[in-house]
Amino acid sequence: MNDLIQSVGEALRLLTSLDPDLLEIVGLSLRVSLSAVALAALIGLPLGAAIALFRFPGRQALVVLLNALMGLPPVVVGLVVYLMLSRSGPLGVLGLLFTPGAMIAAQVILVLPIVAALTRQAMEDLWSEYEEQLRSLGSTTARAIPTLLWDGRFTLLTGILAGFGRASAEVGAVMIVGGNIDHVTRVMTTAIALETSKGDLPLALGLGIVLLTLTILVNGTAELVRRWSKDWAG
Amino acid sequence: MSPQHPASPTARPATRDGAYEASILPLEMREVVYEVAGARLIDGLSLRIEQGPRTLILGPNGAGKSLLLRLAHGLIRPTRGEVLWRNRKITGAGRGPRRQAMVFQKPVLLRRSVQANLDHALALHRVDGDQRRARRDEALEATGLAGRARQAARSLSGGEQQRLALARAWALKPQVLFLDEPTSALDPASTRAVEEIVEALHGAGTKIVMTTHDLGQARRLADEVLFINRGRLVEQGPADRFFEQPQSREAQAYLSGELLW
Repeated sequence: MNDLIQSVGEALRLLTSLDPDLLEIVGLSLRVSLSAVALAALIGLPLGAAIALFRFPGRQALVVLLNALMGLPPVVVGLVVYLMLSRSGPLGVLGLLFTPGAMIAAQVILVLPIVAALTRQAMEDLWSEYEEQLRSLGSTTARAIPTLLWDGRFTLLTGILAGFGRASAEVGAVMIVGGNIDHVTRVMTTAIALETSKGDLPLALGLGIVLLTLTILVNGTAELVRRWSKDWAG
Repeated sequence: MSPQHPASPTARPATRDGAYEASILPLEMREVVYEVAGARLIDGLSLRIEQGPRTLILGPNGAGKSLLLRLAHGLIRPTRGEVLWRNRKITGAGRGPRRQAMVFQKPVLLRRSVQANLDHALALHRVDGDQRRARRDEALEATGLAGRARQAARSLSGGEQQRLALARAWALKPQVLFLDEPTSALDPASTRAVEEIVEALHGAGTKIVMTTHDLGQARRLADEVLFINRGRLVEQGPADRFFEQPQSREAQAYLSGELLW
């Protein structure tokens, strides 16, 4: 019990003294996860909307697949990306393995199904409400996509946040493709795993507190935005 | 509020370069059948709607009034038969000529401001820049919503939302405006405001084709009446004649308040 109290005290000291190592790890974590979420949103939002609006053979199977992929095991994604980026792999020439770029790629694969699947559901609901009116105004299905994405923006924020939660909390994929190299690819989750195994609980705890605080802050802000938007836009 | 449309009462809508367009009317339906899951909802309906008089479509619930508007507007395709605009056939749902606009019973407004709703409609019609601002402001002024331009559209009252739907149609300067029971959920004051806007649009040369359940409204607005029942056109003619001397037994029963089935 004393060890725990001591560790928490030390963790708080690291946080309040703005320990450079800790800040570096937090900074890289944010850079990797935010980049991955941004890329996944760039692809996933229009992809989800297109699946919602267009009818094509195999659509239902694609919807089932997309929903299933939301639960992709991070270690499997890490392994596949590792094989792709390793020197003998098809993308080995890019030299991305054990770089933040590889970590971003792995997290994009993890986050993309979440963003696309939640976007598909939200857009389908909105389309059933808007379709007749938009067609009446002369909108094509393709032209309706940006309209629906904009009008569903506050709902879509939930999907993007779910993706950010997934990216910032996962450890398996970034550990495999990043290698947890100090000052290069060490992020909060891999550092927590390493420091815990080394018995350095204060740093692990400090990082844990930052991770938890970030998650609460991001979701709290999103909830405020959602409430405000509901009041304003209806 | 006294709507003033800038176009002269007899003018056809002008294109962006100021030239006057040829009318897309008459609208013709030839032996149109519309079926859903084997049920025949429109049953071999033929009609012709000309430029000019305000046409009101009357009939009991389930007669097919709303379907008729949707077929004419190209939102749904007939199972059989033809819908023609100035002898040109509509080939697919949503691909009809867009010199028409439609106002629905329950307006569907974007989750944006009042003026953004108009901007979106104008953008779809490729109206940009100063022209877009001018047409937006004119439509807001005409429908009494100028003071609410920056308000969220969905925070408006029911009557104001329907006026915004009319403003959206106004801004597009349609040749034909379909209205599907636009006042069925409104109080008398809002109904009057909507009727004034419809009158102003008619005065500016827009062909009005409207469905209603309200016989008082039909008497106020109609120049011509189409009476339909069970998906068939029963009677079409001048409003005065329809209300004073309905030709069919079904129309007589409808006007006297008997239940039709």
